[in-house]
Amino acid sequence: MKFLITIYTIWQRELIRYWRDKTRIISTFIQPLMFLAIFGLGLQSTLAAGNFGVDYLKFMYPGILAMSVMGVAFFSTISTVWDREFGFLKEILVAPVSRSAIAFGKTLGATTIASIQALLLLVLAPLIGVNLNFTVVIELFGIMLLLSLAISGLGLLIASLMRTTESFGLLMQLLIFPLFFLSGAFFPLTNVPVWMEWISKANPLSYGVDALRQIMLAGEVPAQVLSKLSVFNIPVDVMFLVGFALVMIVAAVAAFRKKA
Amino acid sequence: MNIIEVKNLTKKFGKFTAVDAISFDVAKGEIFGFLGPNGAGKTTTINMLATLLPPTAGEAFINNFSVTRDLDEVRRSIGMVFQDPSLDDKLTAEENLRFHARLYGVPLSEYEKRMEEVLKLVDLFERRKEVVKHFSGGMKRRLEIARGLIHYPAVLFLDEPTLGLDPQTRAGLWDYILKLKREKQMTIFMTTHYMNEAEYCDRIGIIDKGKIVALDTPANLKRALGGDIVVVHGSKSVELEKELKKLKIKFIKENESFLIKTHEGETFLPKLLKKLKTSIDRVEMHEPTLDDVFLHLTGRAIRETEASEKEMMKAGARGRRFH
Repeated sequence: MKFLITIYTIWQRELIRYWRDKTRIISTFIQPLMFLAIFGLGLQSTLAAGNFGVDYLKFMYPGILAMSVMGVAFFSTISTVWDREFGFLKEILVAPVSRSAIAFGKTLGATTIASIQALLLLVLAPLIGVNLNFTVVIELFGIMLLLSLAISGLGLLIASLMRTTESFGLLMQLLIFPLFFLSGAFFPLTNVPVWMEWISKANPLSYGVDALRQIMLAGEVPAQVLSKLSVFNIPVDVMFLVGFALVMIVAAVAAFRKKA
Repeated sequence: MNIIEVKNLTKKFGKFTAVDAISFDVAKGEIFGFLGPNGAGKTTTINMLATLLPPTAGEAFINNFSVTRDLDEVRRSIGMVFQDPSLDDKLTAEENLRFHARLYGVPLSEYEKRMEEVLKLVDLFERRKEVVKHFSGGMKRRLEIARGLIHYPAVLFLDEPTLGLDPQTRAGLWDYILKLKREKQMTIFMTTHYMNEAEYCDRIGIIDKGKIVALDTPANLKRALGGDIVVVHGSKSVELEKELKKLKIKFIKENESFLIKTHEGETFLPKLLKKLKTSIDRVEMHEPTLDDVFLHLTGRAIRETEASEKEMMKAGARGRRFH
């Protein structure tokens, strides 16, 4: 019971903090919108002329949703390093609560925020020309939850190992950007150099993008075209995400208990 | 009854010994202070007692619970106010308190009552719905004290409670702390490097380089020096030193000043001035302060810079009654 109350308390704080930071909420919406507007609209006509087979904007949209999930989930957990640097983490650690409960609370907090944010981005669907029905939305939300869990776990693991916010810049460059761009959000991963294929297969975001795209475009795009753009079938994507999430969360909780 | 019992507590970081087998007890209801310069081992000690740092050797018991074995019970027995601020700036005062209350297992039915109680104790009840970001340094510290109390701990830990605050805020904060002791019989363990703050304590442990060099009430420590302190300043310090040695007068040298311990300063001083052939610039006499005690025990002064020290002493002497 105490365990659950701890998780709830930590979870609730993450949500309150997110809600109070209006600038952050707005900026996490602006980034996906910018990408869609600039890349999506920019490349739309050029790619339509070739043998791409699908409207580029529709192609990009699921990828952008996944990117938003990643961004929010990562940022929410990496903020633990801020807590450490600005002292609040001490207050949590001196409390008579389980370290694992703290780690779970943070992970679930980040997952909730990232999933809801991505769900809200679905309002753009009509603008992009994608039709959604209730079942599709539920399925999409499921993938978003899984992806959020996976990335939150990864974020917390990294945060437990990072001492200061100084290394954050380097982290962005070496990890976050490659994960963003080699995820299949911007271009299909079915016809890329081998090294790119390898990186993308280790990237949880790729599986998220893959699954989201297949669910979202199932009715919009001919099956043949869709399968040429997709790497795995949906069950495989889901399995990878579940496995990745489990491994990450276990590692994150362990690292948090030891390092914090 | 001893709320805190420390036996040979040690902390080493690699080859460096930060805390060297210290032992002491703190009785219920006392204000016990660790006085010492920066780097003496005060924060390391308090962190070990608060279970944030595992000891390298030795034992400590808070409220009869071991800091190495009964971590959660120790944590529940302590209210900790850290040296660096540890509030969540984005939350309101109330939310910060509720967060704490939940983690410490305060019963749900008790929240509102206790929040009101502790907030009123530090005069922050009216500001409870405000976001902490807008609080001043003194207000934040008061809120942290309130937070440390909400789960009714056996002992309150204050790590440099007035660090970074101006003299008036410092004095005001101590009003609240002393109120705690009077009204709640709260046991308080604190660390400081401000001597006049140490005067508020019932007993002080003077700590230097990881060891306790003295442990007693402030009055006894000063009395042990036996008398007055005469301070002689001279620019011709080399000659002054030679002459004092020739006159067989014992002194401690601090920059250009010579501190002389004597039983009756009023009679000693005119005799000294008559005997001294070397010209001196300035002479003063005062009753021993804790800094004199520290200087006498270690040969060094605690003070950070002379200017701020004098300011604090003026603020301390002007209106505050010492315990």
